[in-house]
Amino acid sequence: MDGFLTLLYKEILRFWKVSFQTVAAPILTALLFLLIFTHVLEGRVRVYESVTYSSFLVPGLVMMSLLQNAFANSSSSLIQSKVTGNIIFMLLPPISYVQFFAAFVLAAIARGIVVGLGVLLVTLWFVDLGWQAPLWILAFALLGGAIMGALGVIAGIWADKFDQLAAFQNFIIMPLTFLSGVFYSIHSLPPFWQRVSHFNPIFYMIDGFRHGFFGVSDVSPWTSLGVVSGCFVALSLFTLWLLRIGYKLRA
Amino acid sequence: MSSAIRIEGVTKRFGSVQALDGVDLEVAQGEFFGLLGPNGAGKTTLISALAGLVRPDAGRLAVMGCDVLSDYRAARRQLGVVPQELVFDPFFTVREALRIQSGYFGIRDNAAWIDEIIENLDLGAKADTNMRQLSGGMKRRVLVAQALVHRPPVIVLDEPTAGVDVELRQGLWNFIRRLNRDGQTIVLTTHYLEEAESLCGRIAMLKQGRIVALDTTANLLRRFSGHTLRLRLAPGAALPDALRARLSGDAGGEHVLALERCEDIEPVLASLREAGCRLDDVEVGKPDLEEVFVRVMNSRQ
Repeated sequence: MDGFLTLLYKEILRFWKVSFQTVAAPILTALLFLLIFTHVLEGRVRVYESVTYSSFLVPGLVMMSLLQNAFANSSSSLIQSKVTGNIIFMLLPPISYVQFFAAFVLAAIARGIVVGLGVLLVTLWFVDLGWQAPLWILAFALLGGAIMGALGVIAGIWADKFDQLAAFQNFIIMPLTFLSGVFYSIHSLPPFWQRVSHFNPIFYMIDGFRHGFFGVSDVSPWTSLGVVSGCFVALSLFTLWLLRIGYKLRA
Repeated sequence: MSSAIRIEGVTKRFGSVQALDGVDLEVAQGEFFGLLGPNGAGKTTLISALAGLVRPDAGRLAVMGCDVLSDYRAARRQLGVVPQELVFDPFFTVREALRIQSGYFGIRDNAAWIDEIIENLDLGAKADTNMRQLSGGMKRRVLVAQALVHRPPVIVLDEPTAGVDVELRQGLWNFIRRLNRDGQTIVLTTHYLEEAESLCGRIAMLKQGRIVALDTTANLLRRFSGHTLRLRLAPGAALPDALRARLSGDAGGEHVLALERCEDIEPVLASLREAGCRLDDVEVGKPDLEEVFVRVMNSRQ
């Protein structure tokens, strides 16, 4: 096997071996969100004309789980390897920094997609999802997972302690995902907060992803695609640069 | 034939610490080479630079003729490193860890060689055990195994026997000696100087990032250390003045005399006889690396 494929295989095997924690747990969390929010809000909130609140919520929850788990995969793997020192096994072999990046990001996408699919499967019989434009669904799932995988690589390399990684996760990733329109349409917000939401890249990931199901969204999916692709390119270039100079990995 | 390791003018500074200060070193293919020095002398930094884990501020390093920076892929294929820290990936079993490590080096099917390493390092009973459940000594063996999966012609062992029991030490050295006999170049750092003395053909001593001694083990022993004669005189007897010049130590009623050669024993005993000194005990000490090490480290280089 080639070094890149092995690293990808190892990263996937790593989360799969503890799938109860890395896959089953986030699916349950998403299901709880769905039960609670639909219980409270179903019938009181209607976001788009043709879409019930629970239907509206499901793609948001799927994408949120996908994004958070993609981030968790690369960041936790890297910080664990750094703290325990076994990262040396990946640094000694002839694996290029591009291969290193690609393996971690693809494994993050894989975990995100597995969790996202899981959430989708268990919520499927509660709601009608439309499935208007599956290509949009796929495009935003892949790009969203890749962005969060790359962000996880950055956080995992930057953090020296679990503590710092938790701060990154709780103070940056969580607010960005929760305030991105998972639970509401940003059109329901006051104008100021609508404008603020437009600066949150995760809003575009979720809005574009949701467009794939219902064919309606807060902004045009093409705008979302542009923003999300731009973010992906910028973050990837930055991550690749960090890896190339060996930031915190090769002294 | 290119040398196994070539290090030219390598310097590395971490903040205010000059970890490596212009190191030049060449290790020929097939050597069993020792890299000695006190803690903080720069041994691990030098090994890390060779492995591409640390980037030198200046200088060049090459493994089997491949530059570790510009031709890092080829250089890393030639090098197996056993790290000093007892690190392991808790997600995998021994065999999984070895298969994954082979894959990192682009080796598709390595089962036969992995079996051979497992057998030679006596890991057979634990091959399918999770890394977490292994004892420290077993984890150390897996580290050695991981460094060997890609059959590197150059193997660097950074204090491989720190905290390892005698039995494993013997087994490990037998295995490493065999690899060396088969042509692999071995570089070893250790604090057990008797190990270095018995294994290494050539030794470099590092102090504050500089090489302060570099020679064959035999030459180092000859140059910096000689035989000693330890005498315990009978009560009331005094050391003859003629022998005072040779005196290198006086402790607990024992006189330690320095000898350049073995043959110097004869005249010493003759002068004791002439002076009528009676002896309670005599012991001949052979040169040892520990003494060389202490002398080199204490000299003002």
